[in-house]
Amino acid sequence: MRKIAIYGKGGIGKSTTTQNTVAGLAEMGRKVMVVGCDPKADSTRLLLGGLAQKSVLDTLREEGEEVDLEDIRRLGFGATLCVESGGPEPGVGCAGRGIITSINLLEQLGAFSPSENLDYVFYDVLGDVVCGGFAMPIREGKAQEIYIVVSGEMMAMYAANNICKGIVKFAEAGGVRLGGLICNSRKVDNEREMIQALAARLGTQMIHFLPRDNIVQRAEINRKTVIDFDPAHPQAEEYRLLARKIEANDMLVIPKPLKTDDLERLLLEYGLSG
Amino acid sequence: MSEVLEAGSPPALTPPPEEVKRELLAGYPTKVARKRAHHIVVNAVDPEGTVPEIAANVRTIPGIITQRGCTYAGCKGVVLGPTRDIVHLTHGPIGCGFYSWLTRRNQTRPKGPEDLNFLTYCFSTDMQEEQIIFGGEKKLRQAIQEAYELFQPRAITIFATCPVGLIGDDIHAVAREMKEKLGINVIAFSCEGYKGVSQSAGHHIANNGLFMHVVGLDDSTEAGKFRVNLLGEYNIGGDAFEIERLFEECGLTLVATFSGNSTYEQFARAHTADLNLVMCHRSINYMADMMEARFGIPWLKVNFLGAEATAKSLRKIAAYFEDPELAARVEEVIVREMPAVAALLEEVRGRLAGKKAMLFVGGSRAHHYQELFREIGMETIAAGYEFAHRDDYEGRRVLPRIKVDADSRNIEELQVEPDPRRYSPRITPEDQARLAMAGLVLQDYEGMMPTMACGTLVVDDISHYETEKLIELYRPDIICAGIKEKYVIQKSGVPMKQLHNYDYSGPYAGFQGAINFYREIDRMVNSKVWRYLKAPWQEHPELTATYVWE
Repeated sequence: MRKIAIYGKGGIGKSTTTQNTVAGLAEMGRKVMVVGCDPKADSTRLLLGGLAQKSVLDTLREEGEEVDLEDIRRLGFGATLCVESGGPEPGVGCAGRGIITSINLLEQLGAFSPSENLDYVFYDVLGDVVCGGFAMPIREGKAQEIYIVVSGEMMAMYAANNICKGIVKFAEAGGVRLGGLICNSRKVDNEREMIQALAARLGTQMIHFLPRDNIVQRAEINRKTVIDFDPAHPQAEEYRLLARKIEANDMLVIPKPLKTDDLERLLLEYGLSG
Repeated sequence: MSEVLEAGSPPALTPPPEEVKRELLAGYPTKVARKRAHHIVVNAVDPEGTVPEIAANVRTIPGIITQRGCTYAGCKGVVLGPTRDIVHLTHGPIGCGFYSWLTRRNQTRPKGPEDLNFLTYCFSTDMQEEQIIFGGEKKLRQAIQEAYELFQPRAITIFATCPVGLIGDDIHAVAREMKEKLGINVIAFSCEGYKGVSQSAGHHIANNGLFMHVVGLDDSTEAGKFRVNLLGEYNIGGDAFEIERLFEECGLTLVATFSGNSTYEQFARAHTADLNLVMCHRSINYMADMMEARFGIPWLKVNFLGAEATAKSLRKIAAYFEDPELAARVEEVIVREMPAVAALLEEVRGRLAGKKAMLFVGGSRAHHYQELFREIGMETIAAGYEFAHRDDYEGRRVLPRIKVDADSRNIEELQVEPDPRRYSPRITPEDQARLAMAGLVLQDYEGMMPTMACGTLVVDDISHYETEKLIELYRPDIICAGIKEKYVIQKSGVPMKQLHNYDYSGPYAGFQGAINFYREIDRMVNSKVWRYLKAPWQEHPELTATYVWE
């Protein structure tokens, strides 16, 4: 079983990219579980065809100790298993602690046990690494591979670099490694070259460049992944390609985060030379 | 009664204190030693009463076993906890509430069967993981409602524990909402344990909250010619009862005590008093200063620990009011109380004179109890506070020179203006100056060090290591500290007196309290029980170890 966590700046397209890629892996016959680690509980919407999911924390709150795996896990597109951690309303409580509780409960309930015959677990994690709770998927070997969704926009690259700092911290203590950057294009100048250069500087690879296409938006409005909504569309093929690249990926590294000055120099070099 | 140990007379300690200081520091890594060196001072008092500078009220060095408590302990446990008709609700997991439940032995005396008394109860929201994740405001609201329905208290206070600050529950909004709904005062204190460097921050937060939300709410007054408040007296072991008795006999009217044997109503009317008497300067000086600024009530530092100190404090109060009748009644009381004190002193001094005490406790106690030891002829060879600031050591004269660091700035300093309607200076600046000339200085505290002998040791925020080392080097006859030090000291064969809760004994304040204290110290110091005990390792040493840096 490969345990993969997807990180990246808020709004960069982590959930969309994760679900589309998972759809690609499901088409290949892989058994995949997706664990949404966002209090909004919207990480599995496209696989489930809507927000029908009852979150782990809501269930725990209502049912007390009597929680079964089947209460919190739903079958989605291509027999993917979908779980949402859930969490508090914005501005109250501690979402980080919620993720810790939720993942511990999933473990106790045997969601990751060999009898489940999972090929992949994907953790889709909110925003940047904001506190200890959001680092939970990369702590203690809960996830082994990280992919960072990034674009050529400056703040997305800053965030990616920051996430790498988090990975370094946990890589030294545990076994987590960076598998690569996924460029979700925003059509900025020189984007492909810039992210390739950033990846090289970080000591990793740009594993795939996802072109920008409005089909993604249309599929989302229809609560579907592109592979589900329009299987023949070229964008669906991009996600299938990404799924195959991840399946074949053996370049797992401890990243070398850039100093802020170096990162800004990189931006100047590529961002203005188009 | 003459003082055995005049301030300034060197006790000629062996080994010499400078050498002891070097030895204490030698056990530390270089950087730690450099910092601790500022907290360990050999006392010296020059003719003007100035003393060496000591470092205080700064962070304890990680790894050191400190005596200190947390901000929540200072706010809830010390300052507000002793008030009987308020429901004191701890918002947090159950441990904070449970382990702060009556541990200071604050006593209270309801006026009759109808009088409310919740001191024996422990109120907590018993936060669980669910509240940590989803927020605890709902459960807090429910707890307040439930407490109100069950107990009908005069007011409800809410105390934040560490996790409440981390998850950001808005306890002040809940307090406002429930105050509106229930029609009683509900006051929230953001006294999360991690704020500040010690419990001292909690005292300040408690002072601010009480001053902003309670003091001055009720303008009605009780009759009385000499109306005073007693600040920083927490009625441990019944101390306040003894002081109340003396006040009554002298003809003083006690409006409010902050907060031993107190009620909510007392706080609300406290601004109607004419003089604030400050016992524990550290925990309550903020209140005294703020009441001076807003209402014009001056304050006077007093000490009712020690028979001589009590007599002196009563005379100071009489001197403030400048009333011959009051002065005469005070003298009558002193004359009536002193013979019993003198008789017992006669008996115990022969057994106690020349014995050595060390006091490492509180933010005022290490100072006040030296008076009692002096009366029985015992020398205080080393003393220090857990959480006091430099002014408690060196006197308020150093206030302008205390550096306000980031930790102190983290605790709100209220800007208090005179009340437009109720500000009324109780004493003119001219009279104040005249009294000062005669030796009665208002709004002043001389601090501990100027009253200690030269050549004694002063140690701020002492560590377990330093305590053990001092025991080894000086073999004191008694040490006064708190519960965390108690067993370490006793295992070294030294009697130990807890001054945070008096170990099931007391009161020690006033004349009767002094008698209790003399007896207690005589019993402890002259009992050989601890010296008969041998720890197993003293007979069969098994393990040896060295520090990693050695």
